[in-house]
Amino acid sequence: MDHILKAVDDDLGALSYAVAALGDLAVAQVRASVDVFARHDLPAAEKVVRADNALDLQDAEIEKNAVRFIALRQPMADDLRRPIAAMKIAMQLERCGDLAKNIAKRVPRLDKAPTEAQAASISELGRLVAERLAAVIASYRGNDAQGAYEVWVKDTDIDERHEGVVREIVAAMAAAPDSVGDSIHLLFIAKNLERIGDHATNVAELVHYQITGTDLANRPKL
Amino acid sequence: MNEALHIASPAVTTPTPLSPEATIRARVSNLDFWYSKFQALHSVSMPIHNNKVTAIIGPSGCGKSTLLRCFNRIHDLYPGARYEGAIELMPDGLNLVSRSVDPILVRLMVGMVFQKPNPFPKSIFENVASGLYVRGLRNRSEVEGRVEKALKQAAIWDEVQDRLKKPAYELSGGQQQRLCIARALAPEPKLLLLDEPTSALDPIATAKIESLIADLAHDVTVVIVTHNMGQAARISDQTAFMHMGKLIEFGETEQIFTNPTVDQTRDYITGRFG
Repeated sequence: MDHILKAVDDDLGALSYAVAALGDLAVAQVRASVDVFARHDLPAAEKVVRADNALDLQDAEIEKNAVRFIALRQPMADDLRRPIAAMKIAMQLERCGDLAKNIAKRVPRLDKAPTEAQAASISELGRLVAERLAAVIASYRGNDAQGAYEVWVKDTDIDERHEGVVREIVAAMAAAPDSVGDSIHLLFIAKNLERIGDHATNVAELVHYQITGTDLANRPKL
Repeated sequence: MNEALHIASPAVTTPTPLSPEATIRARVSNLDFWYSKFQALHSVSMPIHNNKVTAIIGPSGCGKSTLLRCFNRIHDLYPGARYEGAIELMPDGLNLVSRSVDPILVRLMVGMVFQKPNPFPKSIFENVASGLYVRGLRNRSEVEGRVEKALKQAAIWDEVQDRLKKPAYELSGGQQQRLCIARALAPEPKLLLLDEPTSALDPIATAKIESLIADLAHDVTVVIVTHNMGQAARISDQTAFMHMGKLIEFGETEQIFTNPTVDQTRDYITGRFG
């Protein structure tokens, strides 16, 4: 049911639109960062680094509008949860952007391009993470608590993939000690992706909270 | 200010569980009420918790003021008014709406404050003392002591202690309303009913009354009807939402305003009620 005061619906709609748009930007940045890493494309990596500024600005705008909404509309119940969740989700997405930027910043620091196997392995982890982030943004856009729950409960496959990647990198370090410098960068890139997966899970919790007013808890651990 | 910011450890509070019998001051059970042929209340049941503030909210015509006025039998003044069911005052279980219970006795136990301040055309002192005289108190020093206590409870003593013999009409609207609260408190009622007590007041006077209501709950059980949702959220412990003479939802105020379980409640408190 619509609000009697139409401006409330307009404000909430604009806030949700901005959060979902930030989510799309974050997904695009994660995909781009993994792509520039795999192709060892230094100019494109620089573009990814610069593009992070848009996420910072969008996050700040969402926070400003959420605070304004709370102050002017004095919302209750789910109307109150929406600006609170918007601010917290935006913060999580902004952190995803920072981590994608960190990945892109490591690209020019690598002594040489990653091997085909390394690129494929990390790209697969990146694909999983970006897919998860896109799924949780879709659940936010669709006001879909079940969709958010499914993202939340599936986090373990990213952790498993991350551990697999780490094992591969450690094995490569043992086999070729002269490439330890690059391998450490690869470990950080993998860790950054795994952290983005954690943020996607956090967003799933917030989407679920926004819709239902209840917290998710007791997720099965590895 | 150069002092380091001091942040106290957050106090961990556990919500008071609802409904242990010992904490109930009154219990509304299957209460029906008719204004002649029009049924204004339909089988309302809810507890009123001791030394807590219970807010009754709902759209105009929902029956919230009707319910409040049942507690002190004001409806008895209207021809054709009829009650069924019970409002039992605990711990004795006296049914306030029973025909066999004298409404004057009910009003001795249940104080009420109305929307607009309605001081008597008497002095400040006489306003507060009037309820004591009705109860047969004649001892001057005892009356003075009770008047002072009530004025202090109503947080107006400091403003009137040196002009108790002045006419009550010389007070501001907010002061008059606190005087009316003092007048209701002086006889030490078991229940204090407040019917939109701040709707005629400015924000400062409203804030003072809200602060007062929160403090009063230490001494008396308060039931308040308000159109101001923010006010209900700020000052009440439990909230009842009514619509078309029925109780739709009753619960802890925090739950009602953050995560109501009934869609009608949510639609009302979020302004979707069409």
